[in-house]
Amino acid sequence: MAMQAQALSGGFHEPVYDSQAVFRLLMDGMARPGTVQTVSIDIGQPTPLGRAAGAIALTLCDADTPVWLQPAVAKSAAAEWIVFHTGATIIAEKAEARLAFLTAGSRPCSPGLFSAGTQEYPDRSTTLVIEVESFTSGKTMTLSGPGIKTPLTATVAGLPDIFLSFWADNRGLFPRGVDVILTAGDRLLCLPRTTTIA
Amino acid sequence: MSPEVPSDSGLAAYNFAYLDEQTKRMIRRAILKAIAIPGYQVPFASREMPMPYGWGTGGVQVTASIIGPDDILKVIDQGADDTTNAVSIRAFFQKVANVAVTTHTGDATIIQTRHRIPEQTLSEGQVLVYQVPIPEPLRFLEPRETETRKMHALEEYGLMHVKLYEDIAYNGRISKTYAYPVKVAGRYVMDPSPTPKFDNPKMHMSEALQLFGAGREKRIYAIPPHTEVVSLDFEDHPFEIQRFDKPCAMCGAENVYLDEVILDDKGGRMFVCSDTDHCEDRREQGHVGELLAIQEAAE
Repeated sequence: MAMQAQALSGGFHEPVYDSQAVFRLLMDGMARPGTVQTVSIDIGQPTPLGRAAGAIALTLCDADTPVWLQPAVAKSAAAEWIVFHTGATIIAEKAEARLAFLTAGSRPCSPGLFSAGTQEYPDRSTTLVIEVESFTSGKTMTLSGPGIKTPLTATVAGLPDIFLSFWADNRGLFPRGVDVILTAGDRLLCLPRTTTIA
Repeated sequence: MSPEVPSDSGLAAYNFAYLDEQTKRMIRRAILKAIAIPGYQVPFASREMPMPYGWGTGGVQVTASIIGPDDILKVIDQGADDTTNAVSIRAFFQKVANVAVTTHTGDATIIQTRHRIPEQTLSEGQVLVYQVPIPEPLRFLEPRETETRKMHALEEYGLMHVKLYEDIAYNGRISKTYAYPVKVAGRYVMDPSPTPKFDNPKMHMSEALQLFGAGREKRIYAIPPHTEVVSLDFEDHPFEIQRFDKPCAMCGAENVYLDEVILDDKGGRMFVCSDTDHCEDRREQGHVGELLAIQEAAE
């Protein structure tokens, strides 16, 4: 029952203005890959969902967006919280998910199985929201591509090594491919499929 | 305009920025995918707006989905802040979103435009929203959507080059002066909406995010900041922008896009800045064009 209480609490206090504010962070983040944005709105999300990841769910998910959750998240109150607050359906089939929420720490789960869209409709692809440890320490990556003036350095802790080879493959699929939003607590960093990581 | 309806009148009020939240989410998801695939047209479920198609319903829906209470909105129509389309869209957002509006390019956070890019260089953090009538650059060459989809998928743009080549064969030069096709980030050929080709170079490596909304055609596309935008051309017929013989008659500006204005029925005419804000700014700074000097001398 405690799980249910958690699922029913929280959410945006001002759904209209809060979702707009979070969307603008996402839009600016996607337009300027590698820049770290901070979500300052308290949404009372249950663990293991971080504040930024929870805010992304509240902003982008609804009955039109099948959501895939990593097993660890799917078993937690976070799953019910997303369903209650957004009306989204949690599905088991990765390829049909519009959004997917993962934690980087756990075993990587064949990201290649998510939808990359089709050559005609590359927008019909999954957006992966991956929770990492932090953006202040850890591995440094050099990012370049559209939205980036001069190659910039992003620091990400907790991203498995396999991510870089996955990303190179993903980059090779262009214009198909998944888009990634890395989250760490209340922070987020966007990696659209056009970004090259060196 | 009628006075504000008190909230307890029992009348239904509009949601902030007119659109309902589910529509905004749908458009927001389309915008994020559009930014991730520069120049690619994302289909979206365009809504009926309280204005006819062709009046900027696509741009209005994009603006309504991104605008917040702290934004400052500028709306231009062919560069001007004071023409019907610009005035009514500005009034629309004042009414349904209660946002601050401005005519100064530099002060605006969101600029919705019909067919011009402001002369003043846009800066980081600004968003330029284009109203687009026909988003598909290949539409007049291939009417079937299934085929143009495939052409984009296969990066098969030979037909567009043939069209430009035929232009040269018939006219000795590429005669297209507006909606001049561009290639975005080296992949998608995109219609920059019917802006004069004069504005094409401003899209290249712009600091501002550029979003395009086509309401009737139900497409959204985007150019992120700092993205390569190349106007299609040939080595022996390089892309060129329009040149004007005279400076602006009001403010004396050169290297800006000018409109021809008929002054009388005896053949009198003047060429004046299409960007009204740019022209006003320059006049405030003391720049005087030919016609304004004559007028001032007469007074």
